[in-house]
Amino acid sequence: MKTEVLVIGAGTAGLTAAVRLAQAGVKVVVVATGAGSLGLAPGTLDLLGYAPQVVEDPLGTLPEFVSDLPEHPYARVGVQHVRPALEWFQTAVADLGYQGDLERNRLLPTALGALRPSALVPESMAAGEVGPGTRILIASLRGFRDFFPQLVAANLAAASRGLDVRSLEVEWSGDPSDLAPQRLWRQLEQPGVRRLLAASLRSGLDGAAAVGLPAILGRDQSGDVRRDLEDQIGRPIFEIPTLPPSLPGLRLFDLLKGALRRAGGRLVLGESATGFKAGGGEVVAVTASQPPRVEEYQAGTFVLATGGVGAGGIEVTPARQAREPIFDLPLAGVPRDPQDWFGSDYFAEQPFDRAGVRVDRSMRPLDPDGEVIYNNLYVVGAELAGAQPWREKSGEGISVVTAVRAADAILEAAR
Amino acid sequence: MTGVEVSPVEWVRGSLDQCVKCTICESACPVMEVTGLFLGPKTVGPQAERFRTGGHSPDHSVDYCSGCGICTRVCPQGVRIAEINSRAKAQLRVEHGGRLRDQLIARPEVMGRLARPVAPLFNWAMSNQLLRAVGQRMVGIHRLAPVPRATTRTLQYRLQRRRPRRPTTRRVVYFHGCSTNYFEPRVGLATIAVLEHNGFQVEVPRQGCCGLPLQSNGLYPAARDYIRRLTSQLSKPDLAGLDVIATSTSCGLMVKREAIEILGVEDRSLEDLASRTYDIFEFLRARHDAGELRTDFVEVPLTVAYHAPCQQQNQQIGKPVLDILSLVPGLKLVELDRGCCGIAGTYGTKVEKYDIAMRVGAPLFGDISEVQPDLVLCDSETCRWQISHGTGVASVHPVEILYKAYGGR
Repeated sequence: MKTEVLVIGAGTAGLTAAVRLAQAGVKVVVVATGAGSLGLAPGTLDLLGYAPQVVEDPLGTLPEFVSDLPEHPYARVGVQHVRPALEWFQTAVADLGYQGDLERNRLLPTALGALRPSALVPESMAAGEVGPGTRILIASLRGFRDFFPQLVAANLAAASRGLDVRSLEVEWSGDPSDLAPQRLWRQLEQPGVRRLLAASLRSGLDGAAAVGLPAILGRDQSGDVRRDLEDQIGRPIFEIPTLPPSLPGLRLFDLLKGALRRAGGRLVLGESATGFKAGGGEVVAVTASQPPRVEEYQAGTFVLATGGVGAGGIEVTPARQAREPIFDLPLAGVPRDPQDWFGSDYFAEQPFDRAGVRVDRSMRPLDPDGEVIYNNLYVVGAELAGAQPWREKSGEGISVVTAVRAADAILEAAR
Repeated sequence: MTGVEVSPVEWVRGSLDQCVKCTICESACPVMEVTGLFLGPKTVGPQAERFRTGGHSPDHSVDYCSGCGICTRVCPQGVRIAEINSRAKAQLRVEHGGRLRDQLIARPEVMGRLARPVAPLFNWAMSNQLLRAVGQRMVGIHRLAPVPRATTRTLQYRLQRRRPRRPTTRRVVYFHGCSTNYFEPRVGLATIAVLEHNGFQVEVPRQGCCGLPLQSNGLYPAARDYIRRLTSQLSKPDLAGLDVIATSTSCGLMVKREAIEILGVEDRSLEDLASRTYDIFEFLRARHDAGELRTDFVEVPLTVAYHAPCQQQNQQIGKPVLDILSLVPGLKLVELDRGCCGIAGTYGTKVEKYDIAMRVGAPLFGDISEVQPDLVLCDSETCRWQISHGTGVASVHPVEILYKAYGGR
């Protein structure tokens, strides 16, 4: 197959780069082993949540944060590129109505009732930010296995002084298999089913000013399901992301996919890139070996967005050897002695977390001497060295900002 | 890499160890969304497979898997979920037997042969609601399920009477499949005309069924016989090494991959055939990329909506139909982006599964109603029939539009 830009990976970073390029008129093909991990993600856009204490002003904290970490992706991109990238992203997925600002993290409840800092949140979660003295109701359907309102309410009350949290389990008829999240999100798209839920919620309100529900309110991105329930109970409703499958993340995946399609891009899932061909300091083609043939994807430019260890972007052998499997790019930040990869305290900083590919300011991979390896290869997202996204709560921010930076560098190079 | 030789079938089963239980397959499964009777690809696949020791299968809900293959395609860990589930379904058949109906609907070639001499009678019977109600009760085929129209003049029959073209050195083999031969010869005629227009000499050997419907109904031994026979028919000595072009996208995938990975047919000539089999638009796009496709198109002033069916997307070739048809002047081409239409070959024709199939297809039907196209384009015949049944909009194979664009009528 021939295209102008080939993106490898269908997570937040890969799809964002692809949408940005396709909207600029570039012919883009995305290949990926499978759907990216957005279906496991809460659907928020976290820029910087912890450094290491809770960050109140993520954008304002960034310059100081990266001054100590010159290898961090935000440092590589340049802090000045963060705001424009995230603002563009909000418009690219406008249907989800991302709210918030980059100067103030919002604290929103998780499925365990903890409060998690996020910069931008989908409209469906926004009402979850409530002030002290407010009474809220956390409700779910009895038998729904991925969300326990009493647990959420108890932990939330403990985590947030002055919040008055009640819980409610709505009786729900039907077979236990009907309580699978994917059954519920489709059923709640029917008005009759919503009327049943709304009636139970109304009678259990108990003076609550807002109602938190597990994020199962319709897979469609328009928010119609939630708004109809809000109208029926006369209270704002906020979704709380559940254990996977996580609907807010899936909605974001659906939207990015749709934006790519509308811009003329192609998505090929089920295709694992396994190798490449180079010539004259450039990548010429990427090979993929889904039977029956070895397919060659020829392109002018390549974007690597295959993620970190969990997604297979970095392979680790049982003997603790780490490598990037497609281009065999050198990895930076891997502690020399495998004994030093991980600390003994699970929740402490793990040195291996920062392992990844080092890039220049355009997101092109660098060799250990700091030289660009291939002129037309760009690396974005969790594959990059220098960050600890799980501890920092910076994963989506890094993915979006580096993807937009790479896309813009590709467009600049084409000019 | 250990250097140990692993057969494709062992490799398919072994892939379950890659499953991290992430649920991405279950968030994409179109059947699980609409019925509690199917417990989901992860549960009946990689999870239940661990309990299928000694050939015993603990789980009956796998029978409700439609076999669309979306789970395998979206799995980020490369687990062959749909393939594992297909094999589990076949094991259920071995242990518990199946309905006679499945033996019948899984043999389109037999059905086509029987219907051919009495095509008008067959077509009348299939449109008679009283007879269909009897058929539902006695055979188990839903009375509303879409059924194709038979013809007395099959593709092979028409080709016998065709004037031979001037031979060229660029020869290809056309694998038309049962449906094109017995029900939609126009697809075959359009394909041959399109290929000839581009300078190919099209060889159309006599050919039988690939065995796909038998495979998806869990009837593996018979399916293996069919694919072996087809392999020898398409690999006759005078056709050796030629590219093989398929217009039935699911049958193409059967030859390319599924017969080897699911049925476990180990046969060098099948592997050779698989490696040179192409979907028609995959083949045409490669010609276009090489600058060899003729683009002497006439205007086709139509609005068409394209649905890429599951078995086409499972070939990892992108959407070559859009790449090629976007070259046609005057054609307004709308890309539909929904998963499955529901029919999944014979699944949606069964009395106990018809409603599930219609609920699976509902979002796609809704999108089509919004677009209000003149025609729906789709590479798979059973999906075309289901889409027309669900929307009332006529549907054709995309090659028929290309044929029009080359001035065909």
